[in-house]
Amino acid sequence: MKVRSRITENIIHGIFLILGLITVGAVLLITVYLVISGIPAIKEIGIRDFLFNTHWNSTGSDPQFGILPFIMTSIYGTAGAIIIGAPVSLLVAVYLSKAAPSGLRHVVETAVSLLAGIPSVVYGLVGMMVLVPGIMNVFNVPDGASLLAAIIVLAVMIIPSVIKVSLNALDAVPPEYEEASLALGATETETYFRVSLKAAKSGIAAAVVLGVGRAIGEAMAVMMVSGNAANMPGLFESVRFLTTAVASEMSYAAGLQREALFSIALVLFLFIMLINAVLNFFLKREKE
Amino acid sequence: MSNGRKTYNRIMKTLMALSTVIVCGLVLFLIVYVLAKGLPNVTWNLLSTGPSYLDGNIGILPDILNTLYIIIATIAIVLPLGTGAAIYLTEYAGSRRIVGAIEYAAETLSGIPSIIYGLVGMLFFCQFLDMRTSLLAGAMTLVIMNLPTVMRTAQESLKTVPQSYREGAFGLGAGKWRVIKTVVLPGCVDGIITGCILSTGRILGESAALLFTAGFAHVINGFISGITSSGCTLTVALYVYAKEQGEFQVAFAIGAILMIMTLIINMSADFAGKYFKKRRDS
Repeated sequence: MKVRSRITENIIHGIFLILGLITVGAVLLITVYLVISGIPAIKEIGIRDFLFNTHWNSTGSDPQFGILPFIMTSIYGTAGAIIIGAPVSLLVAVYLSKAAPSGLRHVVETAVSLLAGIPSVVYGLVGMMVLVPGIMNVFNVPDGASLLAAIIVLAVMIIPSVIKVSLNALDAVPPEYEEASLALGATETETYFRVSLKAAKSGIAAAVVLGVGRAIGEAMAVMMVSGNAANMPGLFESVRFLTTAVASEMSYAAGLQREALFSIALVLFLFIMLINAVLNFFLKREKE
Repeated sequence: MSNGRKTYNRIMKTLMALSTVIVCGLVLFLIVYVLAKGLPNVTWNLLSTGPSYLDGNIGILPDILNTLYIIIATIAIVLPLGTGAAIYLTEYAGSRRIVGAIEYAAETLSGIPSIIYGLVGMLFFCQFLDMRTSLLAGAMTLVIMNLPTVMRTAQESLKTVPQSYREGAFGLGAGKWRVIKTVVLPGCVDGIITGCILSTGRILGESAALLFTAGFAHVINGFISGITSSGCTLTVALYVYAKEQGEFQVAFAIGAILMIMTLIINMSADFAGKYFKKRRDS
């Protein structure tokens, strides 16, 4: 080959290498920026006071920066969403994968992917107009904008991701397992829940963890229905999540308050990285 | 069969049917409710004007334009980047460690919540690169968010290009770049288009990442001046009108428009998937 064309090939190879490494660069960039901008406020406030103080009053004359309410709200809200959303999603996934006729499966799958595509602000809007007044009337509380409203919205929002991933896992269960179970005299329903579901458990665990990640990272829909006051979580309490704490004050924050918001984002990021690690663990096991 | 087993069977069957009905009912309710509340408020005046404090008029033309601009800008940047990354992974990469690192990074990126993208986008694009609060800064943030999606769909379709095509081209004496240009790239057009559709859907629905990067301005601009100045997209406008101004009719009108767009995007993704599958099988 001519020397010149070899040089061109090398240059092109280099260009593609750079393009390939952009994702790695982006992850590094995000990590570095969050750590650098998140650490100063934690240092100034004190990590103990920051993580475990139950009072957040960033604009008072004696400002307090305790984010325990946000952490607990995020954990409670996510747990609630999983408790409601995951069983429903799993039941649907089992039905679609094993029992449903293929025409119906296609229709439901289309509906589910539509659910995944609806913008989060639309969920927030419907939650604001339907759920919040509904909760106010049904439970007779002064304001329906509460943790409960956020949990319901989040539960709906995680359904598509949980269904999709667990559906893939259930589809991949070797039919021999099910045939063996049926041959031993188990009914179809028993086979689905006691054999197929067990055989797909890594994939289903991954689906649930993915749902956790989605729920803990959602900001806009939750901001519109949760009331947004920095209270410790209670089902009918107006609450603020880690995500909404960042979003609601960022536009006007300055000084230490602004730095504290970056620290909240750093805490959220650590949560997400932890969830990602767990997710990868399950996905790897599923592959094996 | 024992009674216990019979009840178990019956309960589980009912629960499966019930859950499926609930999920489908939810989808139907969301579509019908938002369209019923929103469509009557979608007037020509709303679509064709900007908001004005002088006469209290509310129009969403600037928001529609901004959404369009940000979609165009993001896709224009993310497509070459994502496709290039995919080509590197399938055609060039020799070391497994680099492939592993890139794929791990892509997975990590798709798990990061959009509010964090918004914050880092604000720090890096708006402040460090001095783009200020602008649609361009928002678009760059969305580029990073959508990179994994585009990369993955392109990668999937690159894998379907038969190895024998590449070998044939190499055998005829073509260099690597020539093979990619003439054999590999045309083979992954379907993946690129699917990636495009998926990203458009995500960009259309994104709001948290744009709050601090693209801003809130409602000014009617051309593409070039629009992209460099602050602008509110439809989703952010919905949020502002519903949460901060209490203009629920406008919010629902935007919601209905977003819903219709989502329906169209989902249908075209479905259609593209089927079309490409048919073409590949035949």
